[in-house]
This record gives sequence, C-alpha cells and structure tokens, in this order.
Amino acid sequence: MNARTQVETPSVPVAADPNAYVRIANVTKRFGDFAAVEDVSLDIRRGEIFCLLGGSGSGKTTLLRMLAGFESPTSGTIYIDGEDMSAVPPYERPVNMMFQSYALFPHMSVEKNVAFGLEQEGVARGDIKRQVGEILDIVKMGSFGARKPHQLSGGQRQRVALARALVKRPKLLLLDEPLAALDKKLREHTQFELISIQQRLGVTFIVVTHDQEEAMTLGTRLGVMNHGRIAQVGSPSDIYESPANRFVADFIGSVNMFEGQVADGCDDCLRIASTELGCTVRAEPARPGTTGATVWAAIRPEKINITRRPPAGQPAAATAPENLVRGTVREIAYMGDMSIYLVQIDSGKMLRVTLPNVTRGRERPLTRDESVWLSWHGTSPVVLTE
Amino acid sequence: MRSRGLFSRCALILGLVFLYVPILSMIIFSFNNSRLVTVWDAAHSPTLKWYVALAANEQVLRAAWLSIRIALVASTGAVILGTLAGVALARFGAFRGRLLLAGMTTAPIVMPEVITGLSLLLLFVALQQLIGWPRGVGAVTIALSHITFCMAYVTVVVQSRLVGMDVSLEEAAMDLGARPGRVFFRITLPLILPAIASGWLLAFTLSWDDLVITQFVAGPGSSTLPMVIFSKVRFGVTPDINALATILVLIVATGIAGSTVWMRYQQRRRERDVLLAAAANL
Amino acid sequence: MPRIPQLSGRRVVAGIPILWLLVLFLIPFLIVFRISFSEVRLAIPPYTPLFTWHHGSPSLQLHWSSYAFLFTDSLYVSSYVYSLKVAAVSTLCCLLIGYPMAYAIARAAPASRSVLLMLIVLPFWTSFLLRVYAWIGLLKNNGVINNVLLWLGVIHHPLVLLQTDFAVYIGIVYSYLPFMILPLYANLEKHDGALLEAAADLGARPMRAFLRITLPQSLAGILAGSLLVFIPAVGEYVIPTLLGRPDQLMIGRVLSDEFFENRDWPVASAVAILVLLLLVIPIMWFQRLERRELEAK
Repeated sequence: MNARTQVETPSVPVAADPNAYVRIANVTKRFGDFAAVEDVSLDIRRGEIFCLLGGSGSGKTTLLRMLAGFESPTSGTIYIDGEDMSAVPPYERPVNMMFQSYALFPHMSVEKNVAFGLEQEGVARGDIKRQVGEILDIVKMGSFGARKPHQLSGGQRQRVALARALVKRPKLLLLDEPLAALDKKLREHTQFELISIQQRLGVTFIVVTHDQEEAMTLGTRLGVMNHGRIAQVGSPSDIYESPANRFVADFIGSVNMFEGQVADGCDDCLRIASTELGCTVRAEPARPGTTGATVWAAIRPEKINITRRPPAGQPAAATAPENLVRGTVREIAYMGDMSIYLVQIDSGKMLRVTLPNVTRGRERPLTRDESVWLSWHGTSPVVLTE
Repeated sequence: MRSRGLFSRCALILGLVFLYVPILSMIIFSFNNSRLVTVWDAAHSPTLKWYVALAANEQVLRAAWLSIRIALVASTGAVILGTLAGVALARFGAFRGRLLLAGMTTAPIVMPEVITGLSLLLLFVALQQLIGWPRGVGAVTIALSHITFCMAYVTVVVQSRLVGMDVSLEEAAMDLGARPGRVFFRITLPLILPAIASGWLLAFTLSWDDLVITQFVAGPGSSTLPMVIFSKVRFGVTPDINALATILVLIVATGIAGSTVWMRYQQRRRERDVLLAAAANL
Repeated sequence: MPRIPQLSGRRVVAGIPILWLLVLFLIPFLIVFRISFSEVRLAIPPYTPLFTWHHGSPSLQLHWSSYAFLFTDSLYVSSYVYSLKVAAVSTLCCLLIGYPMAYAIARAAPASRSVLLMLIVLPFWTSFLLRVYAWIGLLKNNGVINNVLLWLGVIHHPLVLLQTDFAVYIGIVYSYLPFMILPLYANLEKHDGALLEAAADLGARPMRAFLRITLPQSLAGILAGSLLVFIPAVGEYVIPTLLGRPDQLMIGRVLSDEFFENRDWPVASAVAILVLLLLVIPIMWFQRLERRELEAK
C-alpha cells in the first residue's frame, strides 16, 4: 500500500478498503480555534492491532475519544462496521475502551467492576457470573474477584481494566496508553500477553501510545500522528525502513539526515549532492527526481559502517567519494548491547553511528578523537522530499 | 529555620488556647452553683442544678425541637439542590446560565446575613401580596431561607469533590453501556457520598446555628433555639445557657472526634492494603 | 465531556437550582432594590406599592428620599465608616494570628495535621452565638479575665473590656479565625519544601527566604482568607450587639433597627443596597478567586 498518497491528498475521501471495519472519513475536531484533529481519514481492518503513535498534543487521544463517543467530530464521519456513529452516544456504541488511568470503580470489587457492563445489558445473573469468571481467568485474575481496586498492584489493575473492557466481547477495543503506568519489565511481558489475548478473542484493537517501542511490538499497523494529522500509515517495518517524510523518519528511532540536491540518476540509483555531508549520496534503487530539487537523505545509525581504513574498493583519494565520509570520534556511549558513536565529519556535522557489541572485550576498541571512515550501502539511505 | 519553626509553633499553641479558653470557661461555669455566673462558688460546686433547670425549661426545649426539625429539612433540601448545582457546575462544561449559577452559589457564602435576611423577608411579603402564599412567616419560610443559604456551601463542597474526581470513571461507565442517569446513581453518587455527607452536616450546623436570617423570616410562635438564646443573652449572662452550651459542645466534639478517628482508621487500613498489594506483586 | 444527544436531563439538573436561586436569591435583591426607592407609609406592608397602575399600564415611581436621608443623617455615614474600620482591623488581626498558625499546621507532621485541623474547625461546628456569649463571661467587669488579673495583683480596679471596640475585635477574630486559617493552610500545604531548601542553599537566611519565597506564593491564600473574614464582618450583627459599644452601631445593626424598631423598610433597604455597593468589589473578587480555585484542574 502506498501511504504517501494518503498524506499528499488528504481531503479526497479514501478509496473504500473492503476489509475496513472502522472507517474514519475526513474527521476534524476543533476546540475553539485549535484543531486537535485535522482532516484525518483512516481505515482500520477487522482483527488487527492498529497503533496510533504520536507525541503529546498530536491528536491521537482526541481521535480515540471520538471513536468512543466522548467527543463528537466538528466535521467528518466515523463508521464502525458500516454504521454511521454520529448520532450514537457512547453507551450504545459497540466499542469498549481501556482507560489510561484504568478508571476502575473504586467502590466496587473486581467482580463488580467487570460485571458492570453486562449488568447494563440486562444479562441474566447466572450468565454474568459465568462470563465474569471466564474473562478473569483469561487475564489470570480469577482469584482476585473479591478484591477492591486499591488492594491491587498496578499490573493487576491493568488486567482488571482489560477484562472489564473485554467482557462484553466488543468488536472493537480502544486502549489509551495501556502500558504507560507499568514499569519497564512488566510492560514488556504484558505487551506479548495483550497480543495473545487479542488473537485468542479476535477483537480489533486500536491502541493509542506515545511509546514507539510499544507501538512497534504491539501494532500490526501504525498510524503516526503529528499536529492533528496522520503523517504516515504502515506496518512497523514500513514506517521504520521507509518513512514517508522527515517527521516520521525523525520521530521513529534516530536518524542522520542530510539536505542535498538531486545531482543525476543512473540505471539503478539516484545521486544526491550534499554539501552538508561533504560527499555524494548514492541511493538505490533508482527513483524519479528533478535535477537540482532539494531532497533529504536519511540514514539510520545502525546502517552506517565505521572503520579505521577506507573500505576496499573505495580509494581514499577518490575525487568524488560516494557514500563515504571521513570523521573523528567525539563521544562514545557504551549501552551494553551496543555502543553509540558520535562522529564529527569534516564538514563539521555530527553523525550518530551504532555498533552492536558482538564480542566481549574488543581487541582494540575505538577511542575518542580517533580518525575514522564512515560508509554505507546504497540501499541504506531513504530519500525524502518533504 | 529552627527559630521560625519555634515561633509559628508557639503561635499555633497560643491560638488554640485562644480558641478553647472561652469554651472551657463555659463548661466549667456550667457546674457553678452561683447565679453570678463568673464567680466560682467553691462551697456548693460543682452542681448539676443548671442542667436540671434547663431540662425543665419548656421554652428552650420547644425551640430546640423546632430548630432540629428545621435543620433536618433545610440540610436535606440544601443537599439535593446543592448536589444538582455542583454537578451542573463541575460536569456540564459551558452552558447557558452557568455564570449566573456560579455567581448565585458563591455569593450567599460571603453575603452579610442581615442583607440576605431582609431580602428574603421582603420576598415573602411580596409573594404573599401577589399570590397569597406563604400565609405569614414561620417554620416554612425559615426552612426555605435556610435551604437557600445552606445550598451554597453544599455546592462548593460537592463541586470541589467532583473537580478532583477522575472524569474517566464516569466515561468508563458510559462506555460500558450505562446511560447518564445510571452513571450518576451507580458511579458518581457513591463516589461523592462523603462530600455530600459532609455537606449535609455543614448545612445542618449552619441552619441549626443561624440567628440573623432566621430573625427576619421567623414569625411569632416560631422561635428557634438561637433566637431564644439571643433574647436571654442580650440581657446578661444566664447560667443555664452555660449548661446548654456544654451539652452542645459535648455532642459536637464527640461527633467530630469520632469521625476523625474513624477516617484515620479507614486511611490506615487503605494504606496497609496498598502496601500489601504492592508486596504481592514482587 | 461526554456528549449526550438529548439534553433534557441536563436542563433539569441545572435548571432546578438556577430557578430556586433566581426566586430566593436574585429576585429578593431586586425587591430590596425596588423598595429602597419607595416611601414609608403606615400600612401593611409599610411602603408605597412597587408599581402603581396608570390607565391600565404599570408605572414606576422612584423616590430618592431614603438615600437622601442616609447622607443627611451623620449616624449612617459614621456607621458605614465604623463598620469598614472594624472589619479591616479585625481582618488584619485574623491574618496576623492565623498566618503563623496555618504555617505551623502546614509544616507539622502529616499525621498530626488532620488532628490540628480538626482542633481549628471544631469550635466552628459549635454554636457561633454561644461562642460569642462565652466572651461576655470572660470580658465583663466581674468576669473571668478581670478576676484573674485582680487576683494576680496586676490591676487593682477591674478594666472596662466589655462594650468596647476591643471586645468587638476579639469577638470577630475569635469567630472568623478558622475562615482565615483554612484557605491559608490549603495554600501553604501545597508549597514545595524544596524551594526553601533551594533558597537556603543559595544563601538566603530563613527570614529572607520566607519573605521572598513563601509569602509571595501564599498571596492567593491571604486574599481568599481576608475576603472571607472582611466581607461578612462588615455586616456583622450579633458580635457588636452582644460585645460592642452601645453608642456606636455597626451598619448591620442599623439596618436591623431601621427594619424592626422604626419599621422603615425603604430606609432599611437603602442601607442594604449601599452596603452591597460597598462590598460589590470584594465580593466579585472573592467569586473570581473561588471560581479559579474550583475550576483549576
């Protein structure tokens, strides 16, 4: 799928995705003069985990609240399972939500909390008891039914909140920062559990998060939001390896970005002359580009090689080196599994390079102020036009 | 640092002494035999004779009973109206009449009582001229007036509790299929119940205690306890009032101290639960 | 906020208290306002009617006589001035006594804070009238204070304490002290202790740190507490009646006497309107503070 098309022509209604379960069509939400969500169109498929990723104020939570029915769009329409949700109040939507604060009712036991939704539907008492028991078992909280929320730890509360949102078997579950309140270790563990519960129950998840790692692990697809707009939609690897624009490239992971001008093309490449970098970037495969147009080349730190000598086949004295620059190591940060090197290239710009620490106790590790060569493969740079 | 801490601590102790000496002196002299209230008659004291006299005082007892009934009605009415107002102010966002409501609920708190009392009486007189109701002033007009000035306090208490409460609790209930009315009765009301209870107590006390407004809107034969006390006290000190004061202080003190102890106990239990829950997670 | 399609429920919830307060709070003031422009007459009710009917349509007749009367008789002007003075002095005393108390509570160990607060609030729950009455017993010529001082030999003749300005100040400060302490405490309790440590670390002596850090931060609390004391104190009726000078009345007493003793309802109304005019700025100020406090999330 081509995500960029969506970004460039946002006001044209998206062509119907036959698998779309949730359709957000040209939705805008304004609070006074401030547009929290601006002209967002999205299709979310049945059974997927869709992550809305963005910083604070990007509009991701407002979008989620519109799906739940707590806010109504200023313009545009939300369809769930083909039905226009505009006039449907939150208590009649086939949607449940897991709140960031979990919002467990403090005056009710775990069982009562989970049973609340079923009671509203008038489910028979025996059925309520059975269904509550089942879902509590699924989230491994079966033995905590009589506890009050304040008697639970953070992780346990998160499970109860999940159970409460799932017990009505909604077609769509909205999760607002589901793991933000958990500590790091617990978060990783819970991520995989969420995925397995989702697959087991076949519910469509829409997850709002500011944590890119969380989004990458959880999401089958991500929607990156910026200033109320969708910046890119795609699978985690799409977004990381082929960001659609500078914002996404910079927001997801870290990146080295160089401004340059399209020099010329060849059969299998595009050449970009960058004074900022001090060398020509050769990007494969070839793509159309107007000579002289300003573009940006983005290269991920782990895709840059760092060596003491120029790599073979690239003579150091070449008049026009391609994908090769000289620099000096300025900072080294040892992170355990890898090390980060900040290298100042001859043009003065700092580059970030990461190397996995594959072996224990390198023989002659790089040191500060050492002269090095940086190089990368032609497929590594991403060429961005916006 | 230490010297200033010492200064403020001394001020606190002296301030507390200042707050309690008058009350203590009333209590002590309620057991004094002498009619001269402030002269301790060591030979025949302590005595309970003023308590006996009080128990036989028809006028005081009748006034106290009227005050209790009015305070019950007024505090209940004030809680209902004040809760509605508090919910509207804290949860309805911007609506037409919001500023009006907000203004009218905070103004009575600082309004000089003579003005409130005068305006309410003039209202009742005008109403009587206009629609023939209320027929004269008395317990009914007192209760209506008390509801009005007490509800302001309840509104503030309820509103600040609601503002401090996580809105997502109510949203979660709605998300789970509860209509607004059910959300209020199943979620909001139970959670603000402590605030409503303290609002009720506050309203009861204010109504029970009010003299100035009541004087305006009371009629002959509807003297509340503060009115009786005031008319007695205005012409000098009377020992049976000391006895009455002692009884009231005793009731209030046990009530407040009891509720404080209970609240602290609850708090402790809660903290222990939280600790246990955290420990279970390790 | 959740959007609810049918707004009728909300309209009822907000409508009932609005209606109640319109009828029993706002309209009464309009009536007072109107009656202040009537003339007194011997009838029931004792004022000229609000509207007179001329050829089938109501016509308003405004008389300024009540207001004119208030400004010609020096009794009223001096009562206004005296009330403002008493309220101002009492407010200042409340602040000077209440601030260190609130400060000490805010700095106390968390466990003892609730007990201390309870001790501050407890007298407030007992009858206001009886607490004022208690001071009569203390301040009288043969009252407790004089007896103790005589016994100690500090004085040889009883001091005249009751029916003085001093007694009124004592009464107001005593009754309104909790209203000063509570907002101050609420404010001081929120202060970050690290700020004072930072100030000390940067070389500020405790007094200086207090003046430069704590005091400016607690201005909102000072203002709220002062307004809560000042506004009702201006119209105070019970305290000056029981403890104060018989020759210098406060304005609340003047209003009440005009109404009950002289049965001059228009003048009483005019007095009320002028008190309100005097207090309208502090009241609005208080409301703004209150709104900000309640709506700050």
